[in-house]
Amino acid sequence: MAKLRTDPNLTDPDGFYEALITAQEGLPAAAADQLKARLILLLANHIGDDETLREAVALAREGLEKKSR
Amino acid sequence: MSYQYKHHGWQPCPEARDETVRHKAIIVGGGPVGLTTALELAAYGVPSVVLEDGDTVSEGSRGLCWSKRTLEILDRHGVAEQVRARGYTWHTGRLFHGDREIYHFDLQAVAGEKFPAFVNLQQYYTEEFLVDAVARQPLIDHRWQSKVVDVAPGNDCVAVEVETPAGRYRAEADWLVAADGTRSAARRALGLKFDGSTFEDCFLIADLKVHAALPNADRRFWFHPSFHPGDTALCHKQGDDMWRVDFQLGADIDREAEKDPARVIARAQKMLGPHPMTVEWVSIYTFQGRRLERLRHGRVLFAGDAAHQVSPFGARGGNSGIQDAENLAWKLAYVIRGKAPDRLLDSYDAERGEAADENILLTSRSTRFLTPKTAAERVFRDAVLDLAGEHPFARALVNSGRLSTATIHRRSPLNGGDGGFAGGVAVGGPCPNLPAPAATGSHLLDSLGRRFQLLCFADGAPAPAALVELDDDIEPILVTRGAARSQGAPQSLADPDGRLHDAFAAQPGTCYLLRPDQHVAARWRRFDADAVKSARDRALGY
Repeated sequence: MAKLRTDPNLTDPDGFYEALITAQEGLPAAAADQLKARLILLLANHIGDDETLREAVALAREGLEKKSR
Repeated sequence: MSYQYKHHGWQPCPEARDETVRHKAIIVGGGPVGLTTALELAAYGVPSVVLEDGDTVSEGSRGLCWSKRTLEILDRHGVAEQVRARGYTWHTGRLFHGDREIYHFDLQAVAGEKFPAFVNLQQYYTEEFLVDAVARQPLIDHRWQSKVVDVAPGNDCVAVEVETPAGRYRAEADWLVAADGTRSAARRALGLKFDGSTFEDCFLIADLKVHAALPNADRRFWFHPSFHPGDTALCHKQGDDMWRVDFQLGADIDREAEKDPARVIARAQKMLGPHPMTVEWVSIYTFQGRRLERLRHGRVLFAGDAAHQVSPFGARGGNSGIQDAENLAWKLAYVIRGKAPDRLLDSYDAERGEAADENILLTSRSTRFLTPKTAAERVFRDAVLDLAGEHPFARALVNSGRLSTATIHRRSPLNGGDGGFAGGVAVGGPCPNLPAPAATGSHLLDSLGRRFQLLCFADGAPAPAALVELDDDIEPILVTRGAARSQGAPQSLADPDGRLHDAFAAQPGTCYLLRPDQHVAARWRRFDADAVKSARDRALGY
């Protein structure tokens, strides 16, 4: 991992987490899925750099394969 | 069918009279790729025999969108203007989500180029024009109703077994070009694997003659339209008030029921309006993305659909096949004439194999966007479509097909130095067909011959004396900002508005070495005769 920041970088961690959870309140599962997908796309565009994004995708997937099997 | 098919009968040939002839080249398949290969070879003075199974041109329109690069190649045979005159010229693609247009893209990148991004024309017309061009070319022996049933490659010759209405004969050639389509008999005869991926969704494709004056329209693509809920639809205008429609139908369908003309018309009327229309051709297809591992097998060279198959979204089938033909023909001609080593033909596999990989990659990505396989894939696809209406960034993610552009052979073994340029025409890429008035024509490609040429941006200065040191096989062409010199060698091209200079990122002294197929072999900021000759040798496989 060279470009993706994984050190603490959020200016207001608790506030951000609350906003993230609150945004999904009251949404049916399908709409909540849409929210997550839109959020990922918006943030991905903000980051822009392909190498950083691919590192994030790889890191997000890490460990999941073992659990699902 | 409104198109009048001309039928061509089998004609006696020397082999049928038991005469043995050793041909330079036999081309299996008389479709656009085979015919272009024959025309290109003839332009280099190489005779060939074209063996075509059928007795007429393509049934149904099939290949439809002819790209700028294809038109440039066809223009070398006088066919491009016929295609343009008969067809529908376009450069805009409109994308709809539901019934709302979310954005459009414009494929016309460079103003002033001779040909547009695309001309839509039914394949039977394009083939007819090629057939006529072949008939005007005495070096081509075009044999109809001649079905190749076996291919036997040898060390110094290739033999084919040909079935005709008058019986079978055996023909021999130094080289064989297999351009006989997705079900290639040559590929089967050699027992070659044709591997890749197959997608499950079925698509309905139809050509409709609409008996009403519909307004012109460039490419239109819908996701989830109200006239075809839940799936995608595509519409193209063709020549002769013919319209191409394409509907995604899903995996589990009744193919025969879907091809019923009344049902096709009912679907199309919801898209195009309640006009009277006739189904001219209908088919159901699934996506394939596959290729031969190698395009060259000794003396047998595979081109077009025989070599690689892609999904039609992006117009990368026919257009890549025509580019295969162009890429192969000059190399084969140089080898046949003893002006290049046999090894040059390996670069056909390298360059067009790279193109096939690119086409398969891009069409497979489009296919995954059109046909989400899982609920999770669909969530992202729909999120992209929702965002694209309001946010330009998401439009870049909408993939209804990435339309064919000329391949730049970036990793070609033939490429020479790239000379530290920022911009310009990349080594391995084709020259832009910008205005360049000269006795030979109106645009740059009109002035390029079937040989190596050195474009020299002299900017009014006299040509370097060393230009004359170049051997006869490399012709210098001067490009000047002022008026072109009217006569004498070297040939000169005028670039009064500087468009060629800009496109080539040229400074005084800049030189581009061009291959016979109008692609850049190498480029320099300063002329150096030895470097030019050495790059030419490299581009010939030495």
